Amino acid sequence: MSMTIHVDIVSAEASIYSGLAEMVFAPGELGELGIAPRHAPLVTRLKPGEVRVNTGKEELDFFISGGILEVQPHLVTVLADTAIRAGDLDEAKALEAKKQAEDALADKSSEIDFVKAQAELAEAAAQLQAISRLRKAR
Amino acid sequence: MAVGKEIKTKIASVTNTQKITRAMEMVAASKMRKTQERVLAARPYAKKMGQVIRHLAQARSEYKHPYLVERECQRVGVILVSSDRGLCGGLNSNLFRKFVSQLKRWNDEETEVVMASIGSKGESFLGRLGGNVLSSVTHLGETPSVEDIIGVVKTMLNEYNEGKIDRFYIAHNDYVNTMTQSPEITQLLPVHTEELDDQLTHHWDYIYEPDAKEVLDQLLIRYIESLVYQGVLENNACEQAARMVAMKSASDNAGSLIDELQLIYNKARQAAITQELSEIVAGAAAV
Repeated sequence: MSMTIHVDIVSAEASIYSGLAEMVFAPGELGELGIAPRHAPLVTRLKPGEVRVNTGKEELDFFISGGILEVQPHLVTVLADTAIRAGDLDEAKALEAKKQAEDALADKSSEIDFVKAQAELAEAAAQLQAISRLRKAR
Repeated sequence: MAVGKEIKTKIASVTNTQKITRAMEMVAASKMRKTQERVLAARPYAKKMGQVIRHLAQARSEYKHPYLVERECQRVGVILVSSDRGLCGGLNSNLFRKFVSQLKRWNDEETEVVMASIGSKGESFLGRLGGNVLSSVTHLGETPSVEDIIGVVKTMLNEYNEGKIDRFYIAHNDYVNTMTQSPEITQLLPVHTEELDDQLTHHWDYIYEPDAKEVLDQLLIRYIESLVYQGVLENNACEQAARMVAMKSASDNAGSLIDELQLIYNKARQAAITQELSEIVAGAAAV
């Protein structure tokens, strides 16, 4: 029997592949990596490209748009990104989120108004209670 | 017949309302199934990520990432996850209540709070609440993607990197089952790594490519994003479940209201007939 290693390929939105393989190839940032069973522990970033899984019988291809690879002697985990990621793109999104908050809360005060908030929530709770009581009474 | 006109109109309008609530109930039920599947689909990533982070915490690395190191807590950041739409029972207000009591506790400890929101209910709540709101995103829809939340998470992480906040929390509803949703406030940063893997107790470290700092940076950012994303998905499933239950009870209430109105209508009609009859009989007797 040939040696095998457990492979998991997951992205934040779905699990893509899980199973045994004889060899795994991944597009590491510093060049393509071939991982055989009992590889030394390794973490690396992945470039957009193909992850190939050789199960001994067939070779499976998965396209990923970047991510992270973790290798343990008995385990390979590919944490794939779901979107193309770049530092400045993330920064733009952060600015957008900031802007939305500023637009939405243009007239906010910087002090937290606990009294008002609690009164509001107490009112909502009282309403809910009243409704459930009415429901029981019926 | 003029007698029951108002009652009849009322019955018709309640019936219309019932049709709407019933339709909403069914829509929510089918969406709930989909959102649940999405929560389950996202779980493996978060789990694997957690596993890698735990391994990392055990590796005897010379580089300690700031996300893994506890520091004295003077300021905290918190992301409030809420639904975009209402009509989902007490889901949002339960969460907000828990959130406010936590804010109060921080306030008593003289800890400053920086807030961010995901979802429009939370956004308008924070607007009314006041305080320092850093960023916000709304209208993620039923199929939120990781991309949608990157911005909000990034603003918080920037604060953390600059040392403006020392802890980072998320407040969201946790999906227990269809009837139960529990509001939770969980700490994201610094990352807790208490459960340890017994197999890895010996002295070892990873090979990092290109180097430890860059890899850890990316890994931990993805980890936090996946946790927030998971929170958003859970909250989504909660929203649909809560809406389904709320709409079901609204339909039931409308049904019993219609029954009552129908009874009143029948009684009024019967009374009118009886009165008419007795008037005729009395008239005939007089002649």
